[in-house]
Amino acid sequence: MKIVVLMKQVFDTEAKITLDGSGKINKQGVSLVMNPYDEYAVELGLRIKEKLKGEVTVVSLGGDEVQSALRQALAMGADKAVLVDPGTEEIDEFTTATILAKAVGGMEYDIILGGFKAIDDGSVQVCGRVAEILGVPVVNVVTQAEVEEGKAVATCDIDGGSAVIEVSLPAVLTAQKGGIEPRYPSMKGIMQAKKKPMQKIGLAEIGLDAAQVAPKVKALNFFMPAARAAGKTVPGEPAEAARELARLLREEAKVI
Amino acid sequence: MPIDLTEEQLMMRNLVRKLVNKELAPRAAIYDQNHEFPWENIRKMGELGLMGIPIPEEWGGAGCDFLSYIITIEEISRACASTGVILAVHTSVGTFPILLFGTEEQKQKYVPKLAAGEYIGAFALTESNAGSDPGNLSTTAKLEGNHYIVNGTKIFITNGGVAKVYVTFVRTDADSKGYKGITCLLVDKDTPGFSIGKKEEKMGLNASQTTELIFDNARVPKENLLGVEGDGFRIAMALLDTGRIGIGAQGLGIAQGAFDVALAYAKERVMFGKPIIEHQAVGFMLADMATQIDAARMLVYRAARLKDKGLPLSKEASMAKMYATDTAMMVTTNAVQILGGYGYCREYPVERMMRDAKITQIYEGTNQIQRLVIAKNLIKE
Repeated sequence: MKIVVLMKQVFDTEAKITLDGSGKINKQGVSLVMNPYDEYAVELGLRIKEKLKGEVTVVSLGGDEVQSALRQALAMGADKAVLVDPGTEEIDEFTTATILAKAVGGMEYDIILGGFKAIDDGSVQVCGRVAEILGVPVVNVVTQAEVEEGKAVATCDIDGGSAVIEVSLPAVLTAQKGGIEPRYPSMKGIMQAKKKPMQKIGLAEIGLDAAQVAPKVKALNFFMPAARAAGKTVPGEPAEAARELARLLREEAKVI
Repeated sequence: MPIDLTEEQLMMRNLVRKLVNKELAPRAAIYDQNHEFPWENIRKMGELGLMGIPIPEEWGGAGCDFLSYIITIEEISRACASTGVILAVHTSVGTFPILLFGTEEQKQKYVPKLAAGEYIGAFALTESNAGSDPGNLSTTAKLEGNHYIVNGTKIFITNGGVAKVYVTFVRTDADSKGYKGITCLLVDKDTPGFSIGKKEEKMGLNASQTTELIFDNARVPKENLLGVEGDGFRIAMALLDTGRIGIGAQGLGIAQGAFDVALAYAKERVMFGKPIIEHQAVGFMLADMATQIDAARMLVYRAARLKDKGLPLSKEASMAKMYATDTAMMVTTNAVQILGGYGYCREYPVERMMRDAKITQIYEGTNQIQRLVIAKNLIKE
């Protein structure tokens, strides 16, 4: 079974986001991690490999700094990594998906996995777009999947419950938390990771040029959310205060 | 973090940090209060290869450098100093001696299982009259046929009762005095005549088990001799330097853990209309604590790097151990002070950290002995 995992490196969930002088998101000194939902995808991939044998290839987009996240996936047990450098920081979901699809399209694959969203921009687009470009089905927000030759049975989150969906392979499955727990890489895994192949390629090597992947969306402006307003205390005797609180919840907050 | 680490070292630190935040930290207070050995931590650490970090791969370890191991002790001790010392003793003085001085058979028998965490290791040198002065030890071993007959009592043995194998120092030449005639034996838990004595009730490190070991005509097979007879003191001394770096790392971790709590508290706690960190009295305390911790980390990592390069490190290991553990005591005491009445209560972790810190100034060579080592090195230089 050839398993491909699409992975994105993102800011650490605990990172403090600030804007730099030109109004862009400040990347200086921020620690970077594998997108947590992609960790679920890697885990899913490793479980499929353990059951059916095969190979897990992790694919990502970005500069040299992304290697540490790829190395993390290798330390967890993935077999090899491919990093495509888009040669520019000006990218959107179209750019990313076009490049990833082209890179993956040149590989053998039975199943493609990825986090259902990245925690940084949260656009929830890339995996779906990749599936569309490759012409394969996509099943989203998968918490568990049973895979066999030729098909996968995926449990997915839906509003208010779960759905079990059977899909023929090759297909794209996007991972959601809830069903499986990503493993920690072991010390031995970490030591082995540096010996595993990590291929770094540019656009030309997958037959694309900058014009073909030029972004269609441009971020005009970033701004920080307004500081949260202070809470409100309702003073007075308990019975009276409760009455007033109920009134405020109904009339002002409109939550009851 | 001002100190350059390699990509692997950073990955390991991240792995350990994740494990600590998710699993070890939430359980630390419970293990402490119940005086319960943290088997769940050890099991998980064994699974991830943390029980054999610097042990070569061919012997079942992870084959990492010594600094990675030191960083692991530090990170674990931030949340659970008991687990930190269990790991440090298990590795530095429980597994290393067998790896360094053992025969092929001894290594085969113990090292892979120690490195996997299936066995826990321990080190038995201290006796009631032989602590800082190990040359005074009086446990005897007499060779009779194929066995050493061992008699005596060891005290304050970390991992006592939970360990499978005890690196034990005995006197094989009954007429010898001082460091001569000391021999090292590997004592298996199941040795006839060997038993676990009193379990100590301690001020801190309550999740680590500290016991007496009783040798009553214990029959230790001759093939469990480590090195040669009379070589025991040299073996002990060869291990203590690296053991000290481990305890330095434990102190460093305790200090960092307490500092993190104190800093977060000082930023949130409002008195006289502003967070207490903005009152100079508290702000200056935290400034000193942060500086001492950074200095301690540099000393500990330097000593670990010397070890990785195979360079002499006796003085540097003592400096690291002494400074980092004195820092642990100072920082935890001040952390309790900053948290005030809350700091004194079990609801917050700093009182535990303060209790845990004290022993780090005492064991693996008291800090007075460390100063002696440093001074002796200064005389020699």
